[in-house]
Amino acid sequence: MHELSIAESVLEIVTEEARKHGLERINRIKLQVGELAAVVPDSLMFCFELLRRDTIASEAVLEIETVGIVARCDQCDFSFEVRGQVFRCPRCSKPVMELLSGRELSVSSIDGETGEDDGTDQRSCCS
Amino acid sequence: MAQINVPVVRNILQANERLAAENRRKFDDAGIFVINLMSSPGAGKTSLLEKTIEALSGRIGIAVIEGDIQSSYDAERIQKKGVQAVQINTDGGCHLDGNMIQIALDALDLANVDLLIIENVGNLVCPAEFNLGEHEKIMILSVTEGDDKPLKYPLMFQICSVLLVNKIDLLPYVDCDMAKVRERIGQLNAKGRILEVSCKTGEGFAPWLSWIEEKVAGHKKLRAGKH
Repeated sequence: MHELSIAESVLEIVTEEARKHGLERINRIKLQVGELAAVVPDSLMFCFELLRRDTIASEAVLEIETVGIVARCDQCDFSFEVRGQVFRCPRCSKPVMELLSGRELSVSSIDGETGEDDGTDQRSCCS
Repeated sequence: MAQINVPVVRNILQANERLAAENRRKFDDAGIFVINLMSSPGAGKTSLLEKTIEALSGRIGIAVIEGDIQSSYDAERIQKKGVQAVQINTDGGCHLDGNMIQIALDALDLANVDLLIIENVGNLVCPAEFNLGEHEKIMILSVTEGDDKPLKYPLMFQICSVLLVNKIDLLPYVDCDMAKVRERIGQLNAKGRILEVSCKTGEGFAPWLSWIEEKVAGHKKLRAGKH
């Protein structure tokens, strides 16, 4: 239900970054969404498609990368993927609260076009 | 046209996180202990507040921020208990955010407040993602909702520091297995405390009240240390 406000924030962030980097058009936006994040990817896509009209991202494709839940045990230092919602170290069975990943909700990169035609096929300046 | 790829790595909720951090500074400067109270609709958030205020007012300065999609019914219920309460209507929004709390704080006189309770919009999903600047996230699960809720809404159960299981007076009549609730919470959030209460009968309130009193005293001490 809050996917609409998340889609709004995505659009704000990419518009700002596009301006900063001189983009005139955004083609692709990559997001990272943790498995534990309370976000429904389909709903986020739907909201984004509603909002992108008449913006610099009007043709942009939203790509969502799901990030698994990884925790670290502070007793034995073991890192493991959390499965079946069991936040307990499989090695020493102590409860684990420290998450290394799984709650991501971030924009990771934008593909776009600048207005200048520099004559080269410059696909990527950094990856 | 030059095609470029821009690495960004920005938290989508960063604007809210910034506002939440500002709220938190304000609370800490004033030495106020702040709770973000979350649950599904009808689990008993407002009833818990009424009972808690009845038991603690006079000993602790309390203020309440009420979040609802519409109506000021809950704030009026709280004001009847003799404490400051301000209502936020989200007009369809499914959660409170840091900005709404900043606006609500302008309407409160925090001078004699030791404990601020923010009652979030009834919803087990969205409020879990939005920090408000609170010190602790507390949630209520009522036994009428069933013991499967931790499986279906893991994030909120994973991040709360206290889970109040409410309406335990109804346990004989409903299919809610407390052993399963404990087992499922134990797997998600073994450090979270589970307190069984009934807002109807007042059963189980003593540990909840002493938990609040301890926290409030701790934050008051921090304030005394600063000034």
